[in-house]
Amino acid sequence: MGGQAVQFLASGLTAGSIYALVALGFSIIFNASRVINFAQGEFVMIGGMSAVSLVATGVPMPVAILGAIGIAAIVGLALERLAVGRAKNADIVTLIIITIGASIFLRGVAQLVWDKNIHALAPLSGDTPIAFLGATIVPQSLWVLGATVAVVIALSWFFRRTVLGKAMLATSYNPLAAQLVGIDIKKVLFASFGLAAGLGALAGVLIAPITFTSHEVGIMLGLKGFAAAILGGLGSFPGAIVGGLVLGLLESLGAGYVSSAYKDVLAFVLILVVLFFRPDGILGAVKSERV
Amino acid sequence: MESLAQSRASGSEAPTLPASPRVAPRLRGLAVLALVLALLPFALVNAYFYDVAILVCLNAIVCVGLNLLIGYAGQISLGHAGFFGLGAYGSALLAANWGVPPFAALLLATAAVSLLAFVVGRPILRLKGNYLAMATLGLGIIIAIVLANEDGVTGALHGSEVAAEVVGVDSAGQKVMVFVLSAAFAAAAGGLTAFYSGFITPSKASFMHSVELVTMVVFGGMASTFGAVVGAAVLTVLPQALTVVKEYEMVVLGAVMMVTMIFFPRGAVPTLAARFGRRSR
Repeated sequence: MGGQAVQFLASGLTAGSIYALVALGFSIIFNASRVINFAQGEFVMIGGMSAVSLVATGVPMPVAILGAIGIAAIVGLALERLAVGRAKNADIVTLIIITIGASIFLRGVAQLVWDKNIHALAPLSGDTPIAFLGATIVPQSLWVLGATVAVVIALSWFFRRTVLGKAMLATSYNPLAAQLVGIDIKKVLFASFGLAAGLGALAGVLIAPITFTSHEVGIMLGLKGFAAAILGGLGSFPGAIVGGLVLGLLESLGAGYVSSAYKDVLAFVLILVVLFFRPDGILGAVKSERV
Repeated sequence: MESLAQSRASGSEAPTLPASPRVAPRLRGLAVLALVLALLPFALVNAYFYDVAILVCLNAIVCVGLNLLIGYAGQISLGHAGFFGLGAYGSALLAANWGVPPFAALLLATAAVSLLAFVVGRPILRLKGNYLAMATLGLGIIIAIVLANEDGVTGALHGSEVAAEVVGVDSAGQKVMVFVLSAAFAAAAGGLTAFYSGFITPSKASFMHSVELVTMVVFGGMASTFGAVVGAAVLTVLPQALTVVKEYEMVVLGAVMMVTMIFFPRGAVPTLAARFGRRSR
């Protein structure tokens, strides 16, 4: 394998990990409520921008990262309390509009709180590239991959071993049955927004040193995360991870070997093909047909 | 809708038109709209107001078409700005580069976009809810990126597709026809916009523009043609009014979307109409 191919694979896996983290957020909220949260991308933006601001005030990096995740989680919980949770029996179109409205609102607020400029966040361990099989990899890429693996392990522990995690999983399989055994599904929905927002913010903090951040980064990252979630099968956690990685790799290889201008087109053409022929995603989770 | 139409027809205003009570209010509404449009140019005191009014009309065309899809057929599209953009670029290129007369260019571009919508309509409309949202969104983004890089109609459809099919409505075919029709409206409005403003940018085909169009429809009120026009008017004028406080434009737009959907999920016009109707009864 040539150095160029390794290079494309490395950048594909890095972007794919970020998409996977965003897609996990989509699936967690979808499982709790059947809502597609179009504001998921804004959590990524809030994470990156908060970290930049906190670092600028002189806070050490680890505290800034935790603070950014905390700020996004609070915004996520508020979004559930003040908007999504209030439209309980609304149909899908209504819920889609509410979350799109929330994303525009949050972007507008970000523009007021921060600014319209592009910001850089310092990498976690310098920016001296590492030579690897003929490719040069920035250390931050390794942080992205490592953190994603850590998140996947932590999440699988959370869903298998903790009461709240088990309650969330049970609600996703059958909300009525979950309620009958005493699970407070309102609490589950609330927690889902906090968890999804935290994951989005982590993705935003991790990617900010590589692609920079601004009040607008949430739009494309959110759409790509949604695409990754659909690709792997909406509501499936393994699907979200596989979908994210496949999407990242395809984009990176497409941009490298076909056309970088059409990189985003490739991603969405793939989504349309999957939707037409395998609407349940490549791993197949929830039925898309609903009467 | 129907009960409203009937209550208005049998109201105390004693309709002078002898037509059937179902048709009369609709014709009356159309007459009022025509009158308003005919008199509006005299009321608009300067070129700026005139310009905004034309923008409202152009958006209203798209919204009336999109409302057929969202309100009556119960399907969402997050990609209609793509059709708008294709109509605009198609018309403009045909007229500018091929010397096609503007009106013919508009018709040709609209026909071509309708054909595209017809081809992609059937596989796309097999999908529902969130999957349909993703597919139309993807289609819209593909069109927008391509543009950027290359400098039956029955109310029964929304209620329940199964019920509509049981009473003999070919819901798949109807949905595709409504989809094509709404795409044609968007393309025609796009073409008109291109000729009116004399230039066109890929942002008109963007995801954000698709979202704005859907917002206009749901704000005014789904399954209400009048509502779609009101939605287009309010959400076209609002950003113009907010240019004074440009920074707050997005915050206000997002808040309007959320508040409308949470408190008036049926939209502003049907909600107000229901309230007004109740009081007068």
